[in-house]
Amino acid sequence: MTQKAAITAQKIIKAFGQGAAALRALDDVSVDIATGEFFTLLGPSGCGKTTLLRLIAGFEMPTAGKILIDGADVTEMPPNRRPVNTVFQSYALFPHLTVAENIGFGLKMQGRPKAEIAATTAEMLALVKLEAMAERKTSQLSGGQQQRVALARALAPRPKVLLLDEPLSALDLKLRKEMQVELKRLQLETGITFVFVTHDQEEALTMSDRIAVMSAGRIQQVGAPRDIYTRPVNRFVASFIGETNFLPVTATPQGARLSTGDVIAAEGEGSVLIVRPEQLRLGPAGVGAGLAATVTGVVYFGTDIHVNLELSDGTALTARVPSPVDGGADFTTGQPVAVTFQPGAARLIRE
Amino acid sequence: MAERRFEVSRLPGFASVAIAVFVLLYLPILTLVVFSFNSGPSVAVWEGWSLHWYADAWNNEAVKGATARSLIIATCASAIATTVATMAALGTTRRAAFGGQTFIYVVINQPLMVPEIVTAVALLILFGVVKQATGYQGLGYLILAHAAFCTPFAYLPIRARLEGMDLSLETAATDLYANPWQTFRHVTLPLLAPGIAAGAMLAFVISLDDVVITEFVKSGGQDTLPTYMLGQMRRAITPEVNAISTALLGLTVILLTLFFILTRKKN
Amino acid sequence: MSPAEQSQRRKSSRNGWLLSAPALSLLFLAASGPLLIVLVYSFLTPGQYGNVIWEFSLDGWVGILFTRDIFDGTMNLADAHLTIFWRSVKLSLMTTALTFALGFPTAWFIATRPPAQRAMWLFLITIPFWTNLLIRTFAINEVIRNEGLMNTVLISLGLISEPIRLINTDTAVFIGMAYVYLPLMVLPLFAAIDRFDMKLLEAGYDLYASRLQVLRHVILPIVKPGIIAGSILVFVPSLGAYVTPRVLGGGKNMMIGNFIELQFGQGRNWPLGAALSMALLLIVMAALLIYVRASTKGSNPHG
Repeated sequence: MTQKAAITAQKIIKAFGQGAAALRALDDVSVDIATGEFFTLLGPSGCGKTTLLRLIAGFEMPTAGKILIDGADVTEMPPNRRPVNTVFQSYALFPHLTVAENIGFGLKMQGRPKAEIAATTAEMLALVKLEAMAERKTSQLSGGQQQRVALARALAPRPKVLLLDEPLSALDLKLRKEMQVELKRLQLETGITFVFVTHDQEEALTMSDRIAVMSAGRIQQVGAPRDIYTRPVNRFVASFIGETNFLPVTATPQGARLSTGDVIAAEGEGSVLIVRPEQLRLGPAGVGAGLAATVTGVVYFGTDIHVNLELSDGTALTARVPSPVDGGADFTTGQPVAVTFQPGAARLIRE
Repeated sequence: MAERRFEVSRLPGFASVAIAVFVLLYLPILTLVVFSFNSGPSVAVWEGWSLHWYADAWNNEAVKGATARSLIIATCASAIATTVATMAALGTTRRAAFGGQTFIYVVINQPLMVPEIVTAVALLILFGVVKQATGYQGLGYLILAHAAFCTPFAYLPIRARLEGMDLSLETAATDLYANPWQTFRHVTLPLLAPGIAAGAMLAFVISLDDVVITEFVKSGGQDTLPTYMLGQMRRAITPEVNAISTALLGLTVILLTLFFILTRKKN
Repeated sequence: MSPAEQSQRRKSSRNGWLLSAPALSLLFLAASGPLLIVLVYSFLTPGQYGNVIWEFSLDGWVGILFTRDIFDGTMNLADAHLTIFWRSVKLSLMTTALTFALGFPTAWFIATRPPAQRAMWLFLITIPFWTNLLIRTFAINEVIRNEGLMNTVLISLGLISEPIRLINTDTAVFIGMAYVYLPLMVLPLFAAIDRFDMKLLEAGYDLYASRLQVLRHVILPIVKPGIIAGSILVFVPSLGAYVTPRVLGGGKNMMIGNFIELQFGQGRNWPLGAALSMALLLIVMAALLIYVRASTKGSNPHG
């Protein structure tokens, strides 16, 4: 990374509780988030992603380790003095203030002149397209509008970094898609570094410049969405993002040997072979190369069909193939097929 | 044909008992109110409408004095109780549990658990000693005693409001550069205000209503309205007592209605 | 924990204590602290004109149950005291039972009203709850007095020729206490019934229970915490009642509360009064302990 880091977390440990009952929410986490990037913390609930966000915001203090914002150590700085703002999962809009007062709150607390507050508030209202709602109470807004107010409020003080804690989880699917586009637009327009927390892998893949996949208080892998999907480093990342077939293998000089005896050329190293269902090709049995398999079930998904397969030694596999044009089933249960891979689709990972 | 269905929640006779209870509950109170307007001297034989018992009460120097004392004590006591209760509620909610929290909770709510007569006797003894030692005989003792037993009534609604308040609002304020004082001033206090008002109202009503502790703590000539009325019991009852009761009742109903309006919009 | 975390925690705890300090001081000064003085006084010797002489004595505590014969100094059970205790306990239990018998149907009725009506009915119960106890005692007094409304109406209707003499009897105190403490029973019962899932009734009827069986085997066991809460809330103030027995019972039909007052007035036996107060406090604390244990054990039986 040639750019300067907006946020650096160094060897962060965060334990809740004391003694034997202590729970490590974060266990030796180090990460650099570059200025201007859209960075996502992705993981299942309880993986520590929100705790990391709260540490950056200053709502929690680490048990060990350091947090740097723009190179300055802020580990013990209270949240009201950190140049970062948060969009809360529950929005946390002040119910006793109007939309405009909510948006101007941060600037008012900083003691900025009234004229500047008014100008910035107007600018922010325009940015999130809520000019008409300025004098409303927040309780009179829809969920999507409240979301925009929360965004505008956090952006108004022009923070160095914007922290977003699962901000879209309360919205319905359609609104969530709209807001994803909106968020990306705001990030590009403002140029502010976004740190986005989510458990939704699709949201992470479509919006992020880089993703950190977290599990059990540790960062499992950091990389661009494409990297994470195509080159997962371990079983957790491979299974959490997308669907994957896992096949136990033993390494031989020729390649990875399956339990059926077939040998497959694969990149990476380790004892598990992964291959995505959409990378599998099914051909007629006995013609050319391929793994011999039997169809055990066919599930129709509209855009494609999932074919459940069983290798000769009983290992289960799933292939995803395009729906047949005439709508009829291409495969029937019990049918023998030959399974081939797209070149480079199979990878070895460690357990 | 009317739709017939099996009402699962109906239990035989319950509705009749309930209606009877409401009638029995309100009949004496309504009688009390109605006879305060009686033109005759009886609280049981109706002789026609009149407001003269109100006028009598109003012109009665003893009643005037007692009213003034009741209001002064209730105002001061509820102000003190609400202030200390608000601080205590802020100190005991929404922070990491700390040793002694249960202790604080028990001490604050102690007046709700100890029979009034016991507290009354205790204060009689204590203030007796202090009165003798200092020579001070003023209303201070009553205000102090009332403030103490009103504190839990102010504390409970304020605490309830605080616990119902979204902690993330204050987190958001600190995130938006508010220092602790600004957070309290611009977020916590405005959101807590209805709870504080509700607590103050309850404390005021409780102070206004107290008989037992006041009866034991007061010095000579320090009757409040309730102790004055209790004293009147020894004599023949006239509708003047009804008139005073009705006025107090009216004040209570107004304050309670306000209390309900304030606590209802909680979410 | 890191030093920063620890100092944050210490600061939070310290602030908690600092903010609570004024309330704690006020209550120590004018509520909890004085109770200790009462405890001390219960072990002193009565002064001739009231107050105490600072000499240790157990007579206050012994005097709760026994009297010393003036002539030969032998100890006898104090019948007059026992009568008062028995009356207090009996009337308090009867009050609790009657308020439950009336309060349960009332609470059930309120809880099963449509939501729009429910607030109104609840408000109607709450008004008497917060209305001056003395005013309510007066109100019931004016109804049941010899020359009160009840007798006036009954006589004018020709149903009776002589007024029913209720005032200054145990019955009058009983009626009065049931009247003033009824809302204390209804409110916790309502809270318990309100949480009750009415689907359970459908399940009960579905499984062949009659209305009475549903009441006995489904409703009552589930709302039991509310019943205990209501009973304690009525029993405790009944036992320590002072105003109601004074207004409705006259001078004779004393309960413990009036008896305590007597010791600080004409009785001029402050140590006995102090010992009685402490004894009353102990009984009340025992009742509250039962309540706390019952309510923590039985909380949220169905989610």
